[in-house]
Amino acid sequence: MKSPAARNWKTGTLSIGLEWLIPIVVVIVWQWLGSAGWISQRILPTPASVIEAGVKLVKSGDLFTYIGSSTRRAIIGFAIGGIIGFVMAILNGLLPLAEKLTDSSIQMIRTIPHLSLIPLIIAWFGIGEQGKIFLVALGVAFPIYLNTLHGIRSVETGLIEMGRTYGLRGFALFRTIILPGAMPSILVGLRFALGIMWLTLIVSETISANSGIGYMAMNAREFFQMDVVVLSIIIYALLGKLSDWMAKLLERSWLQWHPHYRRAK
Amino acid sequence: MASTLPAGEITLQQQAQTVISGGTPTSTSTSTRGLQVEVRDAVVQFGDLTVLQKLELSIPAGQFLAVVGRSGCGKSTLLRLLAGLEQASQGSVAIGGAASSGLRSDVRVMFQDARLLPWKSVLDNVRIGVPGGDRSKALDALELVGLADRAKEWPSVLSGGQRQRVALARALVSNPSLLLFDEPLGALDALTRIEMQQLIERLWQERKFTAVLVTHDVSEAVALADRVVLVENGTISQDTAIALARPREKDNGFTHYESSILNRVLGRRPVNLNQDGFAI
Repeated sequence: MKSPAARNWKTGTLSIGLEWLIPIVVVIVWQWLGSAGWISQRILPTPASVIEAGVKLVKSGDLFTYIGSSTRRAIIGFAIGGIIGFVMAILNGLLPLAEKLTDSSIQMIRTIPHLSLIPLIIAWFGIGEQGKIFLVALGVAFPIYLNTLHGIRSVETGLIEMGRTYGLRGFALFRTIILPGAMPSILVGLRFALGIMWLTLIVSETISANSGIGYMAMNAREFFQMDVVVLSIIIYALLGKLSDWMAKLLERSWLQWHPHYRRAK
Repeated sequence: MASTLPAGEITLQQQAQTVISGGTPTSTSTSTRGLQVEVRDAVVQFGDLTVLQKLELSIPAGQFLAVVGRSGCGKSTLLRLLAGLEQASQGSVAIGGAASSGLRSDVRVMFQDARLLPWKSVLDNVRIGVPGGDRSKALDALELVGLADRAKEWPSVLSGGQRQRVALARALVSNPSLLLFDEPLGALDALTRIEMQQLIERLWQERKFTAVLVTHDVSEAVALADRVVLVENGTISQDTAIALARPREKDNGFTHYESSILNRVLGRRPVNLNQDGFAI
């Protein structure tokens, strides 16, 4: 029993190693270019100085405050927008009347680039929290709505008919057949929405905020602290990667039945 | 032998009587727990298209009936009507003596595709068939179809024949009184199909439910059924009792039934075939 486990561990490390190979090489080359003087510190600080800036900000406690307030906006906005998109999609996917009533309006609003509303949002909400949460919710709602609706529509009618012949109806039919059948598509929407969530947050925090990572970056730019600017870009990248990883975990655990997501035994 | 008679049906009826006296095992025995089915003047329409026209069919309790016909003749619609998945615009369907419209818990359907839920394990798929979802009953049903050892697997790792066996277990687990088969073996390979036919026959003999099998395979119909009806243009155009002892072998009697029904389906005249024998 030991050898297959050991082999698994080996291939596991190997695949993780391959995933991280390019980022590590990039960082090393970047550091080398910086310390050799090929790139000026004023244009692009070296990884070492970015880390230094990070350590300084961790010590002062500012970094966690900023990450905290950004994450808080992201989560609240995502929850509001996600729930609205999900509920609307379920209503429109199951009730033809609801779809008739709302779908074309939703499709119309969807074509508006939500970031173009920023001037309006600032006028309405100022630079407070509501504006940014509103924008995130608006951006997140559409991918969740579209993919959930598509998922519900693509559930095989044969399976629904089978469920009916076995006496499933109403919520039991929804829970047993429609929701799990739509789940692969819903999770695709979730990953899309997570990307849009960070994007919206970056833009809105950069334009109007008094806390958060976007604010930290803009503030640092005013004082020419390029290392902090780069640091905040990296933090955004890490947060994006983290949320994508969590979505992947969800796919792995909720879609175990799907041959595509099943791990090799 | 049938060459002197213009219509093969007459000989079939005669043979039926002679062999029945020899004893077919089930069909009309009184101990059956199957349901009797009466279809009277049933008309089913999809928009302007009339699929079933004044169809009359009476199935005694416990009978194994096969419905054959060309594709598009309405045989699947007949089955869906019995299942309660379609409604008759005229006429009536009575199951077990009472008028029936809509789905019933003592009537189960097996479709051409297994229709297992890919996100549920084999056992949980069978549990859909049990009111209350009792695990041990579901396991017993899996045992019955010989798949108890695959209970924890996902349906996607099973072969086509195994999936149909799981679907059969799901249909049987609540002990239905009427079991409807909509070409459930159509997509299986020849060997698996024979195994499935034997399994269905065995379970029907043990459980004594009324069975209706829709198929385009006349040989399968003759192998399994007490009686074969041919559906053409939305009505029953031929009704043949199959008076062969079970288990059935592909002997002369079998071939006789098979070719005479097939000739009728294809509109060929068996008389001419026999007379043209010298051409072979």
